[in-house]
Amino acid sequence: MEVFNDPNALPWLIPAGPLLAFLIITLLTNKSKLAPASDQREYGGHHPDYDGMLVPVVARYSRVVSVFIGLAGVIAALIISWMTLYNASQLHHIGQEALASSFVWMDTGATAFHMGVLVDPATVIMLVMVPIATLMIFIYSIGYMAHDPRQARFFALISLFAGAMLTLVVADNVLLFFVGWEIMGVCSYMLIGFWFEKESAYKAAIKAFTTTRIADVVMLLGIAYLYSITGTLSFREIMYNPAALDSLATTAPIIFGGWTVSAASIIGIFLIIGTVGKSAQFPLHVWLPDAMEGPTPVSAMIHAAAMVSAGIFSLIRLYPLFAAGGDPHHGILTEPLAFMAVVGAFTALLAATMAVAQNDVKAVLAYSTISQLGFMMAALGIGAYVAAAFHLITHAFFKALLFMAAGSVIHGMEHGEHHVHEHSHDLASPHPDGGTEGGSHFDPQDMRNMGGLRKTMPVTFWTFLIGGLSLSGLPIVTAGFWSKDEILADAWLVLDKYGSGAHALVFVLLALAAFMTAFYTMRQISLTFGGEARSEAAKHANLGQGVISFTMTLPLLILAVFAIAAGFVGVPTDFPILGPIFSPEYNAFHHLVIEALPLPEATAAYSSLPDYHPHAPPFNIVPVATSIVVALLGLWLGWLTYWRKPLKAGQKDPLEDALGPLHPVLQNRYYLDDLYERVFVKPSQWLGLQVIAFLDRGIIDAFLHLIARISTWLGDLIKVLNLWLIDGVGDGIPIAIFNIGGWLRRMQSGRVQLYLLLVLAAAVVIGIVLVLSAGA
Amino acid sequence: MIDVFGIDALSVLVFGPALSAFIVASLASLAPSKQLGRWVALALSLLLALLSIKVFADYQVAGLAIGDEQFIVTQDSPWFEALGARWTLGIDGISAVMVLLTGILTPLAILASWNIEDRSNMHLALLLLFETGSMGVFVAMDLMVFFLFYELTLVPMYFLINQWGSLPKSGVKFSGRFYASTKFMIYSFGGTLGMLLATQLIGWSSGTYNMADLTATWPLFRQGEALLGIDVSAVKALAFAGFFVAFCIKVPIWPFHTWLPDAHGEAPTAGSMLLAGIMLKLGAYGFIRLVIPLFPEVWLAEVVIIGVNVATCFAILSVVGIVLGAFAAFGQSDIKRLVAYSSVNHMGFVGIGIAVLAQTYAQIWSGSDPNADVQTAILAANGTVLQMFNHGLSSAGMFLLAGALYHKTHTRELSDYGGLWVKAPVFGGILLFTSFASLGLPGLNGFVSEFLIVRGAWPVYTALTAIAMIGLLFTGGYILKGIRAVLHGPFNMRWRDYNLELTPAELLAIAPLLVLMLLTGVYPNWILPIINTTVSAIFAGLAS
Repeated sequence: MEVFNDPNALPWLIPAGPLLAFLIITLLTNKSKLAPASDQREYGGHHPDYDGMLVPVVARYSRVVSVFIGLAGVIAALIISWMTLYNASQLHHIGQEALASSFVWMDTGATAFHMGVLVDPATVIMLVMVPIATLMIFIYSIGYMAHDPRQARFFALISLFAGAMLTLVVADNVLLFFVGWEIMGVCSYMLIGFWFEKESAYKAAIKAFTTTRIADVVMLLGIAYLYSITGTLSFREIMYNPAALDSLATTAPIIFGGWTVSAASIIGIFLIIGTVGKSAQFPLHVWLPDAMEGPTPVSAMIHAAAMVSAGIFSLIRLYPLFAAGGDPHHGILTEPLAFMAVVGAFTALLAATMAVAQNDVKAVLAYSTISQLGFMMAALGIGAYVAAAFHLITHAFFKALLFMAAGSVIHGMEHGEHHVHEHSHDLASPHPDGGTEGGSHFDPQDMRNMGGLRKTMPVTFWTFLIGGLSLSGLPIVTAGFWSKDEILADAWLVLDKYGSGAHALVFVLLALAAFMTAFYTMRQISLTFGGEARSEAAKHANLGQGVISFTMTLPLLILAVFAIAAGFVGVPTDFPILGPIFSPEYNAFHHLVIEALPLPEATAAYSSLPDYHPHAPPFNIVPVATSIVVALLGLWLGWLTYWRKPLKAGQKDPLEDALGPLHPVLQNRYYLDDLYERVFVKPSQWLGLQVIAFLDRGIIDAFLHLIARISTWLGDLIKVLNLWLIDGVGDGIPIAIFNIGGWLRRMQSGRVQLYLLLVLAAAVVIGIVLVLSAGA
Repeated sequence: MIDVFGIDALSVLVFGPALSAFIVASLASLAPSKQLGRWVALALSLLLALLSIKVFADYQVAGLAIGDEQFIVTQDSPWFEALGARWTLGIDGISAVMVLLTGILTPLAILASWNIEDRSNMHLALLLLFETGSMGVFVAMDLMVFFLFYELTLVPMYFLINQWGSLPKSGVKFSGRFYASTKFMIYSFGGTLGMLLATQLIGWSSGTYNMADLTATWPLFRQGEALLGIDVSAVKALAFAGFFVAFCIKVPIWPFHTWLPDAHGEAPTAGSMLLAGIMLKLGAYGFIRLVIPLFPEVWLAEVVIIGVNVATCFAILSVVGIVLGAFAAFGQSDIKRLVAYSSVNHMGFVGIGIAVLAQTYAQIWSGSDPNADVQTAILAANGTVLQMFNHGLSSAGMFLLAGALYHKTHTRELSDYGGLWVKAPVFGGILLFTSFASLGLPGLNGFVSEFLIVRGAWPVYTALTAIAMIGLLFTGGYILKGIRAVLHGPFNMRWRDYNLELTPAELLAIAPLLVLMLLTGVYPNWILPIINTTVSAIFAGLAS
């Protein structure tokens, strides 16, 4: 086929596989059969009982075929990504050159809007990460969703999710990027609410969609603004084009003209707000912890491979715009950069404090995601472009691993709970109803019910440990260390040289957040896997045997390799001992990614633009020592508190005493959700009702009804007058007048339409008379 | 342009539906079978749909060839010579799009009313009669003919709501449909009163009703002089007001919208589909075709007290409609009224697009701002016309789905539904798709037009556009509220023994809408060049 031979057109096919899989499953292979809703095997788990009703559940062959089509789609994407990566490696100077093709999508006056694909260094790193992580999630879902009555629909939706993410990755313009961005939003809405009968699930879905939409409408304004100034939305024509960047940085904005900001700054902040929503940064972070209501593979998708990564990826894509007009490597931040630095660093610390007090195994991970995204955002804010990209990739791997391992834990706990249940039924429990009720209250995600799982679920334990240590940034061996260290190194460099306040803030807050990350990760590992089982379910927790167990274990093992190895592509050249081993000539990752930014030769002519290609920060002992110390200190404290003295069943978390009154505040997320509910949600609902009751009914319609009433009343008045006239004058009146009166009375039958017709006719007559008299 | 058996295609599009209506209505007395009437109505409307597609395609070819000319006139013969009105039909890119929309929606409306048993032939005949009215409006090139067809659309719609509207709620003696149909009629009729006067005034003083000629002559007519003893600009302002109010009611622009939730809520499914899908477009079309080219200087006139010009004032009302329409939809507990208010919300974007077009057009026409950004106005106008088309698709789809649900459950209360996705997976999937198209999800049709309008409005009405985003946000709010109430949550056991899935006829009726929504979202250039050519020609004509 032609398209396979054309390296420029090939990227079109990367999202095609999953998108096609979505269409095929939805339109053709998702077939259901009817089963009684009370049948636990067919329709169990997360679905309520419907007495005596038949419900559609996925047919067995449909389940198998749909799973295979979903897998085929994502495998095709993976293979084509690799082919594209190979093609990209054949380019002499990627960045200056890129694989690209486009077509006319929309006529706009004499010009046209082009839709296209682009493979540049930023795309390359995403093409390495996204397809692999997605494939792992797909494989994992085979087992995880094996008993769900709607598994075919699930595979259709995650295929669409993957397709949207890949569309966004290869997009060559902001609009196509936004298309992928929003479709992912919808997919996450549908998947968070996948078990849509559960109140918590659909509420979380609505919350996720609404919160991100707040940010998205602002982002849409930013896109419209950017388009109206530059006349294009193409990344190559804006982000690689110093002339366009310079004009944006020197144009006065259309609003907020009173402040001394540039159009680039306003557009930048609008676009960053989009990421604040998508990547769950304060104050729009509230949706992400609730998003774990969806099946666990979805959480992995949202937290690692797709959704939130897309937010940071958009910042990476648009970075040249944000930095235009400033020079972060000399301590001069533009408004968008400062905004990112402050929001990111603050969120990183805030979310880390909330993670410390959570008891739900997935909630801890959810807050850690928010916190880690804050790291990346702050890094971009201080100009640590490469470090942010690096952390994005390593984080995606270890977070996907952690979520799926946590999913295995939950699955194992549910399995254990079932086992205990069946066992108790075998014993002919005297209170079968009581037993069921107790079961429904059991929370398989609560870490206080776990403990000792390292014995029953060893593979999960070891892989979770690797992911957790990578998240904590265990020095040297884990990927998380290298990427976090680079962020701190960048911050320290500018802080040291220029005494930049923003860099100092970022350095301190991130170091604190890194310390807490190590602590709560160790707490989580200890509570889940350490000590002895704290419930019957935990004692019997396991994944069982066969396909389900295999498909849920394999992705963990593969991702565990990445969670360690991914760090070694970005070891600094001058790092003692390891530098010469892994980066003998240059830091491979840095060398590649920096090419996504405009060249110094091109930007030199424009005084408003910074040097986008600073050297990688030289080795400095302060940031390295800091990251080693905070990671080890956090892990050690966690080990001391939770692993060495494991929690007993029913025992209080030692942290509750240590933190005192602060603990409930952290556990309840600083009460931000309640605040939003009261300040935004309730008033909106009230206003919605008022608009109808007060404005539409009370004023506008009331006014119209008043007119109708006056017309009717006038009609009645004339009728009375007529009656009086006719009755009063009596027989003496000529017949003609009587006739006219009767005719008039017929007219005044009280129907408003008739009056209007009359008015209309009168108006026409008057109009014609006027016209004729004037013409004469 | 093609012809049908020697008759001009546009004339066939205008009279064909009326003739079909007559045939279908007379079948009622000839043949007792209702099924026959349905099939005949469907077949005839499908033929007309094919013809409208052919007209659209032909214009796409011909329109690109005529350069800066805007119209292709296919028919011009004496009609009402005493008045100087002529039977002139013609189309440009904007009417071609509307003709296509009308042609496609009518057979779908007939399919959606397949299950109506009560006087079914008459019901279908009225739908076809409505098609005549709207086709007439879209292809009329003569002001009198335009007015005639504009009023004609009211009659079938009034009877559809009045006779086939929803059943009375339990415990209420009278059905709301009587109130709704009367309100609809008075509102619309009262609104066109001034329009009739204005039409007469323009036609009498210019000696012609031809729209293309009037576009060139009427704005310049006796500038600075007196007419009927009054300053001509005051006369023109009054004439403007006549058109303005009539079209504002139809679009509807806030605060002229309160007829709409009642009419939509009570109308039968097919009635709502055509009402939202086509009838609202008549108003927007009137603005673009008549009010902007005929009264450029009035748009720039300052409104007393408020201190901004008329175009800006119109933009403000549109944005109020966007925001309050969204809030009102959010506050609804009745599914059809929720969808109805969504029209206020979506047509507000059409309104703001029209305001941008009007402002720029007037600035260039009057020379008050020769540097006015034509590119921005072209984008806004493209978006506006596309939004009219898109809203036609998605609102018709939404009403079809709401009607399908009402037909089976006989309730419109959102709280009576719940968890229906369990039993009706196909319905659920299609409802989600259509809802997200209505919400403006990128990748589906609504986004393209909304983006173009936002892009066009931003440099002209910056603050207003920003406020409109609140409306866009709450669009999400009410859409999700609707989905949640119908599909999510535990299944409401009241419907345990009901078949809630879409019937084959309903499925057939919505399928073309789904395809068009996706197609327009993925590749808008199947329809945009035809709009773009015409809009560009309007500005090119202005410059010369």
